[in-house]
Amino acid sequence: MTESGHLPTPDISHLSSSDYLKIYEPAEDSFLLIDALEKDVNFLNQLRPTVCLEVGCGSGLCLTFLAQILQTKALFIATDINPSAVDICQKTAQQNNISIQPILTDLVSCLGDRLEHQVDVLLFNPPYVVTSSSEVGSHGIEASWAGGVKGREVTDRLLPYIDKVLSKTGVFYLVIVKENLPDEIKDILGRDKFHCDVIITRKSGPEHLSILRFQRRHSDCNS
Amino acid sequence: MKLLTHNMLSSNFVKGVTKGFPLKIMASKIEEKEVDFNPEFISRMIAKLDWPALYTAAGDIKKAEGLPETITENYESNEDFLKIAHNLLLQVEIIEGDLICPETGRKFPITNGIPNMLLHEDEVTGDK
Repeated sequence: MTESGHLPTPDISHLSSSDYLKIYEPAEDSFLLIDALEKDVNFLNQLRPTVCLEVGCGSGLCLTFLAQILQTKALFIATDINPSAVDICQKTAQQNNISIQPILTDLVSCLGDRLEHQVDVLLFNPPYVVTSSSEVGSHGIEASWAGGVKGREVTDRLLPYIDKVLSKTGVFYLVIVKENLPDEIKDILGRDKFHCDVIITRKSGPEHLSILRFQRRHSDCNS
Repeated sequence: MKLLTHNMLSSNFVKGVTKGFPLKIMASKIEEKEVDFNPEFISRMIAKLDWPALYTAAGDIKKAEGLPETITENYESNEDFLKIAHNLLLQVEIIEGDLICPETGRKFPITNGIPNMLLHEDEVTGDK
């Protein structure tokens, strides 16, 4: 704990403005996810996670923070569709003496089968900004924010995997803005299957951000 | 890329591929980096592994010597076994090379230790 009572955030002094031309610069949404994880630190440590996964890791700041606050050792896998992001994520981990395994892939496409019911903590800070559909789907920095219709086009592609990859006690943290229509997201994941808590909410300029946390209602993955 | 990561990867998102596991490893640069031995963590990870795939992968990079073909009983209390697994899973790093889809031969390059599992646009299936 620092004097302010907060857990220290990862060192990102290795990142420069030239990196932020290629990857998303950590901003309010990233720090809100960090604040949610910090708020949940005791809960997360009680879970004793073995496999943690961040989809769309960007700079790797959030997963590095998770690795720092967990008391037991775990496997940390980071995916991103942007080649610069996975490179920089690896550097962020090294800068903070953390071991993260970056993979250049689309969401979880190369992991889905082997990680079936294995992921204990899943983080996703998606491109949530409402844009036209034509802006979605690049492999560059636009991929970090352009969310298409409802700002949900990328999120909606990941949602079908949540039930498949989360372990019995697994938790899924999702960054949203209110335009993403969280009630629809809850419906898609299944209200009888997943319980949702709003961990933290913050208004930042025009954005009304929240961190949602989903957990299984039943520890039997098939129920 | 660690063999632990390799154990989680498949190429079944490629058009026409059913299992795509395990990916064959062709390594041109391998390094070993010291990682603190944590028997409790290694035991938890072994429970989640596909051991035959690890054995095959170790053979691909010529590091299968001393590795049992099947998982040892009561491995949690077998320090020798856990140390072999620790070295293979966490200390061996494939820095440069290719991962090869066992069904199509499609190569996925490993560059600077990071596997590139992206497909070209003309390879993407509509339903996955």
